[in-house]
Amino acid sequence: MSRRWLLLYVVLYMALLYAPIALLPIFAFNDGQVIAFPLQGFSTRWFEGLWTNRTLHSALWNSLVVAVISSVLAVVLGICAARASARYAFRGQGAVMGMIMVPLVLPEIIVGVSVLIVVNTVLGLPLGLWAVIAAHVLICTPFAVAVLSGAFQSLDPAMEEAARDLGETPWGAFRTVTLPLVAPGIVASLLICFTISLDEFIIAFFLTGASPTLPVYIWGLLRFPADLPIVMALGTLLVLASIVLLTMAEIFRRRGAARAGRKDSGGFL
Amino acid sequence: MSLIDLSGVQKWYGEYHALRGIDLQIAAGEFFSLLGPSGCGKTTLLRTIAGFEGIDAGTLRIDGLDMRGVTPDRRPTNMVFQSYAIFPHLTVAQNVAYGLRRTADGREEKARRVGEALEMVGLGGYGGRRPHELSGGQRQRVALARALVLRPKVLLLDEPLSALDRKMRETMQSELRRLQRQVGITFILVTHDQEEALIMSDRVAVMFEGAIAQVASPQALYSRPADRRVADFLGAMNFLPAEVRDGRVEIAGLGACEVEPEQVIGAGGMAEAGMRPEAMTMLDVQPGEGLREAAGTIADRAYYGDMTYYMVELPGVPGHVTVSMKNRPGSAVLDVGAPARIGWDPRAVLLFPA
Ligand SMILES: Nc1ncnc2c1ncn2[C@@H]1O[C@H](COP(=O)(O)OP(=O)(O)O)[C@@H](O)[C@H]1O
Ligand SMILES: [Mg+2]
Repeated sequence: MSRRWLLLYVVLYMALLYAPIALLPIFAFNDGQVIAFPLQGFSTRWFEGLWTNRTLHSALWNSLVVAVISSVLAVVLGICAARASARYAFRGQGAVMGMIMVPLVLPEIIVGVSVLIVVNTVLGLPLGLWAVIAAHVLICTPFAVAVLSGAFQSLDPAMEEAARDLGETPWGAFRTVTLPLVAPGIVASLLICFTISLDEFIIAFFLTGASPTLPVYIWGLLRFPADLPIVMALGTLLVLASIVLLTMAEIFRRRGAARAGRKDSGGFL
Repeated sequence: MSLIDLSGVQKWYGEYHALRGIDLQIAAGEFFSLLGPSGCGKTTLLRTIAGFEGIDAGTLRIDGLDMRGVTPDRRPTNMVFQSYAIFPHLTVAQNVAYGLRRTADGREEKARRVGEALEMVGLGGYGGRRPHELSGGQRQRVALARALVLRPKVLLLDEPLSALDRKMRETMQSELRRLQRQVGITFILVTHDQEEALIMSDRVAVMFEGAIAQVASPQALYSRPADRRVADFLGAMNFLPAEVRDGRVEIAGLGACEVEPEQVIGAGGMAEAGMRPEAMTMLDVQPGEGLREAAGTIADRAYYGDMTYYMVELPGVPGHVTVSMKNRPGSAVLDVGAPARIGWDPRAVLLFPA
């Protein structure tokens, strides 16, 4: 009896969670301009529309540039922070790590507005992608630290010492022993940061200036109902890309756990 | 001249005084052990020699050179870590070759040295394996090969056998001895296992609370410990209240006897008498010549197959003394509660200041 209710609950929960996303491909392949049932028949013309839309291409390019640069920067910062917190005990360590992690719970609208004020009013600089990148590094770094801390924490400190003992310089030991051992964590955190930055809207909306990123561009499209099916097609592709990226991230995380000979203790997927 | 020379070495971890003035000389080619209970600073001392920990006072010389400010990669020491620290992303051969990366040898010479080192530790043909395919004992051999391939002057081993099961540990003990004789390198072994230290070492330093209590050969350590703690830590020792009066000792529960000056450790006066369990005998099991006799009651018994340990209560003595007897074919095993006649040899008595 209670099992049946539980099952019903799970099904409803999943349906609520994923029904809107399931609608994306349905209407992306629907041969009609209006987003409404009944469906009008199969068509790929909205995908063809994507192919020829120049402004969309430049928005996608902007987003990729922002996502690549900010995820790389966030992960480099994350490596430094995660290694420092795993290897050393220093005064104010808890406070510093806390400050790094705070953007995790900071509303993005606050980040967006504050960076806008700093860039525009305090520094008097024009807005642009660089401002988006700066803000995205801020919000991505805690995710990178969270993933990388696990990797660094489970690394035997004797590994790096053994490398030093066998004649390597500090940097050589880090490069030839530590980096390969945390590489899966690095790849996983890169992918996560990339995904976060790619679909971030609020901050980008505040800071992007004249050259919109993809989410900002999509938001603009919504004002023209005729373009809505194109948004559906684009959304379908983005969902696919996200699934692929997150799967890759998880595969790398598990491979890392296996390589270090650790038992797999859950993860973000 | 000694290969390793520590004088007045001190180390603080914040408020904690981890090394409290270590003076120690270790000769080239010695198999030397650092023995002590957990937390006494053995690892700290070893890491100091390896260069992973700086020292706050005193000097450390290796081969006559002051090691102040010399990083681990520039010291003529190599270490076998307690966790072995085998690099999991490299093969066995790549692990062993790791330290040769910065040497001038050609590719073939390196491969030859790696093969030779693996052969030496009994892992010939294992070069292509991955570390996670190896057993604990084999990983340990890889760690040994990886360190020895560099031909260090000193090999440092931090509790290398503690993670192995008993059989494997005994195999590795004799293997390590054999290796050390073969390569002639100075080995410094950290262990908390007194048996291991006695079996393997030329000399042993016994440490307590960041200080060295005694440095001696295993035989000297066992037969003439420098103080009560050492005597207690190495093997078992019965302690009985004793009083020394003009050359004669009155031992509670046993009786009076004469002792030679070399049996007295430290100052006279109020003292404690120490006797090893094997220095006493149960006269009902095995009589002995020229022994003094004392009477007591068997409070408990532990049968080990080759040995039987009797816990004997002596009149007027709190607790009990332990007497160990070798079980020979046909020898009796006495019952708990029975009266016991103990034979003891005055020449086996050690006197400690109370
Ligand atoms: N990095 C460190 N920071 C603070 N205290 C330490 C550190 N390393 C060791 N200690 C302390 O120093 C003492 C000796 O440690 P150690 O040398 O590891 O002992 P052993 O190897 O004899 O068990 C212990 O009480 C330990 O807690
Ligand atoms: Mg230790």
